[in-house]
Amino acid sequence: MKSVKQLISSVWRALFGDTMRAFAIVSVILMLTLAIAPAKDHFSQWHRYQNGYLSMISDRGDAISLRRRFEPGIQQIWHPEIGVVDRCETCHEGLKEASLADVTTQPFRKHPVIPHPLDRYGCTICHRGQGPATTVEEAHDSKLAGVDPILPARYIESGCGQCHQNALTGTPQLNLGRQYLAQYGCVNCHMVKTPDGTVMKATDNPPSLEHIADKTTRDWIFTWLKNPQAYAASATMPNYKLSDADASDLSAFLISSSKPQAGDVDATIIPAAKNADPSAGASLYGESFCATCHAVQNAAGNLVGGDVGPELTRVGNKVKPAWLQAWIENPRVYDEHTLMPHYRFTPQQVAMLTGYLMSKSDSDYSTDAHLGTATPAQIAHGRKLVVELGCAACHTINGVKKPDNFAPDLSQIGSKPLAQLIFLPGMKQTLPTYIASKIKDPGSFGPAMKMPQVPVTDAQREALTTALLSLSDRSQTMPDKLRIAGFHQTTYEPAGHAGKLMADLACMSCHRINGHGSDMAPDLSYEGSAVQAQWLDSFLKNPNTLRPALTRRMPRFNLSDADRKTLTDYIMVAYQSPAIDPDKAPPAVNPPALVEQGRQLFYSKYACQSCHTANTNTDKGYIGPVLAQVGTRLQPAWIYAWLKNPQALRPGTIEPNQNISDEDARAMTAFLMTLKSAGKQEGKQ
Amino acid sequence: MTRRPVACAVLLLTTIGTGCKHASTSASTLKPTATGVAIVVSSGDKQTAPTGSVLTNPLVVQVNDDQGNSVTGALVEFHGPAGVLFDPAAVLTDSSGQATTAVRLGTIGGLYEVTATTPGKAHPVTLQIAETALGYQQQLGSILQDKYCSRCHNPESSAAQVSNYDNLAVKPHAFNDGQTLNKMSNADLLSIIQHGGPALNRSALMPPYGNTLSPTDVQAIIAYIRVMADPPYRPAGTVYEQK
Repeated sequence: MKSVKQLISSVWRALFGDTMRAFAIVSVILMLTLAIAPAKDHFSQWHRYQNGYLSMISDRGDAISLRRRFEPGIQQIWHPEIGVVDRCETCHEGLKEASLADVTTQPFRKHPVIPHPLDRYGCTICHRGQGPATTVEEAHDSKLAGVDPILPARYIESGCGQCHQNALTGTPQLNLGRQYLAQYGCVNCHMVKTPDGTVMKATDNPPSLEHIADKTTRDWIFTWLKNPQAYAASATMPNYKLSDADASDLSAFLISSSKPQAGDVDATIIPAAKNADPSAGASLYGESFCATCHAVQNAAGNLVGGDVGPELTRVGNKVKPAWLQAWIENPRVYDEHTLMPHYRFTPQQVAMLTGYLMSKSDSDYSTDAHLGTATPAQIAHGRKLVVELGCAACHTINGVKKPDNFAPDLSQIGSKPLAQLIFLPGMKQTLPTYIASKIKDPGSFGPAMKMPQVPVTDAQREALTTALLSLSDRSQTMPDKLRIAGFHQTTYEPAGHAGKLMADLACMSCHRINGHGSDMAPDLSYEGSAVQAQWLDSFLKNPNTLRPALTRRMPRFNLSDADRKTLTDYIMVAYQSPAIDPDKAPPAVNPPALVEQGRQLFYSKYACQSCHTANTNTDKGYIGPVLAQVGTRLQPAWIYAWLKNPQALRPGTIEPNQNISDEDARAMTAFLMTLKSAGKQEGKQ
Repeated sequence: MTRRPVACAVLLLTTIGTGCKHASTSASTLKPTATGVAIVVSSGDKQTAPTGSVLTNPLVVQVNDDQGNSVTGALVEFHGPAGVLFDPAAVLTDSSGQATTAVRLGTIGGLYEVTATTPGKAHPVTLQIAETALGYQQQLGSILQDKYCSRCHNPESSAAQVSNYDNLAVKPHAFNDGQTLNKMSNADLLSIIQHGGPALNRSALMPPYGNTLSPTDVQAIIAYIRVMADPPYRPAGTVYEQK
């Protein structure tokens, strides 16, 4: 004890024995203390990366210019209005260096080409992570609650979706994801309010079940409920994994709640149905272009056809023949809002198609459940299940109200704090993983989870996750000037008799007019400026092929002369382009010299024959419409305006704008107007 | 002070080692029952997909013996550059001698050389397989060329997209025709796309797209042409000598 005391006092004397020595020691300690801050800076992680960058570029030929652009110290991108404070460039020094394209070691890689300058938006707006952090772990993979880790590259398009509500060409995954949200009916249960203030609407068209007993049997409903994808591989209805008893009770309730539809019950089967030639039905199915909307599985197991209407591979197992016949005759009787056109088939044709479609059944697909008559207890339990499972969120069911807010609002799911999520054991604790796992198997999150397993592939699930991640807080709080609105259907409906007729023919299931309708077929908003009335009338009578390479074609509706005239008159008057002045139209008949000049321009200067066929004997162009009879189809004013600027008349058309001079356009219009159908020329002679 | 460098090194190692780790852990649990002497691609090579995504079709390779017959139960391990993930990374060949894996591409756009290795009788047999990852710009180019270019430039005709190639008097170059297109500079490609074939004294059958596509779009198409080139495109320009 004594010796320790002695030791301390001798050390004390040695250090601070006299004033000079004490002063020197204190100075040294003070200096060391002052050195802590710069040393910390010097040994920091980012400093090492910057040194690493400098030594990497020193080996390169363009070292001098790279070093000149190198900025030492903490680099920061700051945009208060979008909440960006990003110091990523402190370590990622080479992001903007085009000559570092061959460098693959991080953090020195050049950023791939994107449409935005990096400085204007920063990094975290797309990549997430912690912008202000200056260590790798904190910036990329912080474990703190409620902070975003770096987003895996496969979801990167979600960043674009925060501002761009429209479908960008360069973001196919995001576009598909948004489409799936509507197409798989996610938004029937979940509210998704996009940042531009519109509520997403479902496009899956779940059928109304008000008259289901007219259409099918309890046995089929039971089998369908047990596994919808066993009936149709492309069905978007999720498999609720119901027990036999539950499926049986649900079918009992649905049949008992169904009310007969006035008009389509007890339709006597037309006798021709029995002796109709099934092969004739098949060719009628083809001629009517049913496959544009409906798919059928071929022998190889591939779906052939569109996905607008339900798959018909096993339709014979499902529907009652009398219902099918009434449906083909006029689908609007059973479902006023169906996308299917009223084809105006003759009774013979209805019978042929009914016979053909009823033969589309699969003997392996059993609907032979033998459920018999339902007891009141079963019906009551079925009703309870319908309410619990939320069937009415998608389907209209008699006596069950559509539930409001049946599932959580997803409008800001892309920024949901991790602290509010319940992760499964062993799951990577990030938001994308949570969303993807929830879509993949909602049942694994607990038996009480009502969300069904939506039948999507892995790629579709990644797309859905991308679209959901784009619904972030930032997307909602973004300044309006940065927000690009999406396309929203207008409420346009054609008026009058023609309007009624167009609704009956479901024109807008394929065509878009004034911002309303589908984009499968050409936009008809300016059709009256484009075509000649006589051609339109004959086209409606017998639609011939304008574009030989297309598989989807305009079907023929057995329209009466009066109906065709109503439609033609309405389209010719109502659908005029404001860009075309009919009074300044180039003449339809021109001097032969001008026609010849136009012909030369068409074939040599502009080489239009590479895509179009003007002369069916010599030209082979197979991309654009055949122009052999364009003189009887289009108006000269339209041809002229189209040659001048095709995209102005039809945005997105692939015909290039060749910057054709007024003179050349006039000459080619003159030439094209001489290309008339044979019948017309004979008439003239 | 020392904690951070260690943490950082561990992080880097785990990032780099992810690909290999998969292989080693699963390979050790697999018990191969046979060995082959050759390995060939069955399907799934030369695919194109966006960076970070899974290839549309799985990669399937077949292990054969010296008679050319398929071998069942042989071990196949898949390896690739950093960032490429295989599910599974090691697999035994099935009854038809085939090993199947799903490939997730890395985050850098470009050509990826992945390898499939089987132990073999005397020495390991390795097969090189090429896949292409499209970055943002290349993917944009891919979508645009699909709409505007491929119907003439792609000689393959399908029911969904009928090719116009055979109808043209002067045949356009396929976009993977590296022999021809690699020799053309970016500036030449830009001018031929923007101003049409006659701009470079070529066929007028190629129309100008300068008023239809933005310069960004045209650059994207060029980026796509470059990444698809076979043989691969090596950019000309200043070649710096290593010091």
